[in-house]
Amino acid sequence: MPLIGENLGHYYQKDRWIIKDTNLSVAPGEVLGLSGYSGCGKTTLSRILAGYISPRIGRVSIGHKTLERRAFRPVQLIYQHPEKAINPKWRMRDVLIESYTPSQDILDAFEIREEWMNRWPVELSGGEKQRFCIVRSLNPATKYIIADEMTTMLDAITQARIWHAFLGICKSRNIGVIVVSHESSLLNRLCDNIYKVGSGG
Amino acid sequence: MSNVQTKPLLQVDHLSIGFSQYVKGTQKRIIHPIADMHVEINEGEIVAVVGASGSGKSLLAHAVLGILPSNAIFSGKMLYRGEELTPARMEKLRGREISFIPQSVNYLDPLMRVGRQVQIGLDPRTARAQQEKLFLQYGLQKNDGRLFPFELSGGMLRRVLFATSVREGVRLVIADEPTPGIHPQALSEILRQLKQFAEDGAGVMLITHDIISALEIADRVAVIKDGATVEISEASAFEGNGERLKTEYTQRLWRALPQNDFDLEFKREAVR
Repeated sequence: MPLIGENLGHYYQKDRWIIKDTNLSVAPGEVLGLSGYSGCGKTTLSRILAGYISPRIGRVSIGHKTLERRAFRPVQLIYQHPEKAINPKWRMRDVLIESYTPSQDILDAFEIREEWMNRWPVELSGGEKQRFCIVRSLNPATKYIIADEMTTMLDAITQARIWHAFLGICKSRNIGVIVVSHESSLLNRLCDNIYKVGSGG
Repeated sequence: MSNVQTKPLLQVDHLSIGFSQYVKGTQKRIIHPIADMHVEINEGEIVAVVGASGSGKSLLAHAVLGILPSNAIFSGKMLYRGEELTPARMEKLRGREISFIPQSVNYLDPLMRVGRQVQIGLDPRTARAQQEKLFLQYGLQKNDGRLFPFELSGGMLRRVLFATSVREGVRLVIADEPTPGIHPQALSEILRQLKQFAEDGAGVMLITHDIISALEIADRVAVIKDGATVEISEASAFEGNGERLKTEYTQRLWRALPQNDFDLEFKREAVR
């Protein structure tokens, strides 16, 4: 059951369209890249697909069914800025297990250390926080994951490792992945197909 | 560029930073994220600081600026223009001679229009015109200045943050990851501006993961791992398979880039 966005259009201020007439689909197990200018609407499109905002026009569906509100979201979004996606007043352990309790294997795959669990979000680096965001998105009920500039704050070695672990898990569970990035060399490495957002700006 | 008069602008020697944490009740313990860091930046020079995430690169920047959290304890020597950087001196210099581009877009005031934030510290008579000029230069629109941070995309916020650093009389620029999330054209504009700072005689510390972009403008590259400087190399040594790099860690870092081998790391792991 592919994730399909049909005819999507959205603006924040009246008639300043950020995206318009956008159609895209991702199949289970597929890795789709989204590239484009900063400010062209990649993040907005990601948030629409994940159901965080409803588009002004168009619809998002999985297997011809629109997404249910007030239920677990099968489309999970990993944000560009982990510090904005984590409750600053929760300890990392609580952040991690809010959605489900991940197995030790997953924690090891992302090299999450036990000593980080009792820390506050401010006591971890951006890259360390992002690993928690990745793991908590891998709920067993997750069908699609949108990774919005997921590894821009990581060094090259960690970036390569995390993508390897992440795509390994997604492939084995047949999760469809949308990779949002500016780095064309990274997209070329990771993706089956690449979609350019906002032709012309 | 290696100018004729290369006076050291900033010297950081044997820097160590610890944090005291409360473990249980009143029991304290001290953790040491930075053990032995050294960096030297000359006038007119761009030094890139690269390394693992969580290795203490941002802490280095914060130490130089004197904006570490209050539970930090630090030792070591920091000289700015040959004189010791005392907390009083840091406070006088930062935002004036030493300008800082923070890593997180959370450093912007969420309740102030972004145009106003860029105007802070500029001459009030010309602030507005200057801010609009900066916006234009970084590909932001004139009426974007009326927006609040939440209304801009991540890449646009980066450029706003960057615009806050461009000031008269800046001698040292510390840029903490100024480039993630922006498209190639805006990226090259930011690199061009950093280079302009250096050509005007300022020193630039460019903390980044984007080694490829950093190499376009940097003179030297300092590699940080686990809170210590493991290598300082000329930027020209980063080429080919990294044969001219001194340490194994730096070679791995270089080869793990998606432009280079990217998955080499795992091929080795898979064999193991």
